[in-house]
Amino acid sequence: MNWAWIDSQWPTIWQEFGQHVWLSVLPVLIGLLLSIPIGALAHRYGWLRPPLVTLAGLTYTIPSLALFVVLPGLLGTKILDPINVVVALTLYTVALLVRTVADALDTVPDDVRQAALAMGYRPVRQLLAVDLPVAAPVIGAGVRVATVSNVSLVAIAALIGVPQLGSLFTQGFQEDFATPIIVGIVGCLVLALVLDLLIVLAIRLLTPWQRAGRIGRRGRSAAAAELAEVVGPAEVIG
Amino acid sequence: MNGVWTFLSDGANWVGPDGIWTRIAEHLQYSVLALLIAAVIALPLGALIGHTGKGITAAVGLANLLRALPSLGLLTLLVLWGLTIVQDNPDIPARWGLYVPSILVLVILGIPPILTNTYAGIGAVDPAVRDAASGLGMTGGQVLRKVELPVAAPLIFAGLRSAFLQIVATATILALVVTLGGLGRFILDGPKSPVNPYGIMAGGAVLVAVLAIVGDRVIAAIGYAAISPGLRSNGRPGNRRRRPALTTRNDPAALAEVQQ
Repeated sequence: MNWAWIDSQWPTIWQEFGQHVWLSVLPVLIGLLLSIPIGALAHRYGWLRPPLVTLAGLTYTIPSLALFVVLPGLLGTKILDPINVVVALTLYTVALLVRTVADALDTVPDDVRQAALAMGYRPVRQLLAVDLPVAAPVIGAGVRVATVSNVSLVAIAALIGVPQLGSLFTQGFQEDFATPIIVGIVGCLVLALVLDLLIVLAIRLLTPWQRAGRIGRRGRSAAAAELAEVVGPAEVIG
Repeated sequence: MNGVWTFLSDGANWVGPDGIWTRIAEHLQYSVLALLIAAVIALPLGALIGHTGKGITAAVGLANLLRALPSLGLLTLLVLWGLTIVQDNPDIPARWGLYVPSILVLVILGIPPILTNTYAGIGAVDPAVRDAASGLGMTGGQVLRKVELPVAAPLIFAGLRSAFLQIVATATILALVVTLGGLGRFILDGPKSPVNPYGIMAGGAVLVAVLAIVGDRVIAAIGYAAISPGLRSNGRPGNRRRRPALTTRNDPAALAEVQQ
């Protein structure tokens, strides 16, 4: 490790870290917003599900590197435009989360639904106020996978020259110099860890009954959530 | 899209040392080898964790850590180290300095899905089934081999497919190391080509996708043959429920995977 190099390059590294943060986070936020309505439709209308799942699976077979290079041609953007990275990662996030949202909504117990119906909830309000909060732990597990894999995928954009922590990898590789690469890897790991903790915290804040439910009678959704936590970021890709 | 067709339909592009067939063979060779090594590591580990119920927290941590490691960073770092090691030790074949790091990057990518799906699958086995097996006088190892692994097989195969998909898609970045080849070469070199740059690059992407889909179908077919008919979630139409088996009901991983 060449500490003097790190010291001298600190402003650049910091800037690349900042770029990496928003390139990984923005696609998750947009992707989640898009996945909720699509996933809810797939959950409600069974016939929509197989084509959506197939489409999601196909999206995952496209190498990210290819998507980064092909998108400018489709969107009319410049090759170095970070928008391409955001769009590509949003596509992956949606592909991953649509399925998670639909599956998470499946785990909402029928008695909960019927109680909501009896209380006069209309479908959309029931989705927002009842189904989604109950499904939040499972959706959260999917968001964790999407976020962590995005942090790693963003780095690949360095191969086409979009600056972020991945630039340290190509730089170190070209200069036969390990320090920048190690700095980049540590930066990615720290970012993934911090984002993961933030999501776990957000899920906890959004589902206060989860902690109460564990002590007392365990409902089905509590059991599902616990399993989701044990499984960790579910292997929802496929 | 016309460019893609122009590239793929010209027979001359398919043959030769840098033709499409060579690149497919290289890509497939790295991917399959990495998947096998990942399975050899992750399957026994996942089975042990699922069977004993111990070390789940550690396994989740390990899987997440491996998942968070950026593949490109790992590749560049390991290749630099690999080249230094080869330089210092003339006994080691020079090619290994590039080959071993590249496979290692893909192996690390393949471990988390196989590991988590294996222990989640075994952990989701109905305790009554496990008790019945012990009641029949089976030893711990027999319960694992004859009951738990077969019952967990659908999830395990889902994990293998997930791992293969990620490995094949990520093997494109091996093209950064020029001599390794693979389909990533078309994606990286395409834009520099004087003729049909877009077609070559997008054609490379299409080939990776086709390879991933074909490989996925092959693993699914092996799984279909290996999984007991009573456990298949996508059997003959009308014969079975559309929903996955009860044991996987509350498991998001299982739900997501089994439905494909």
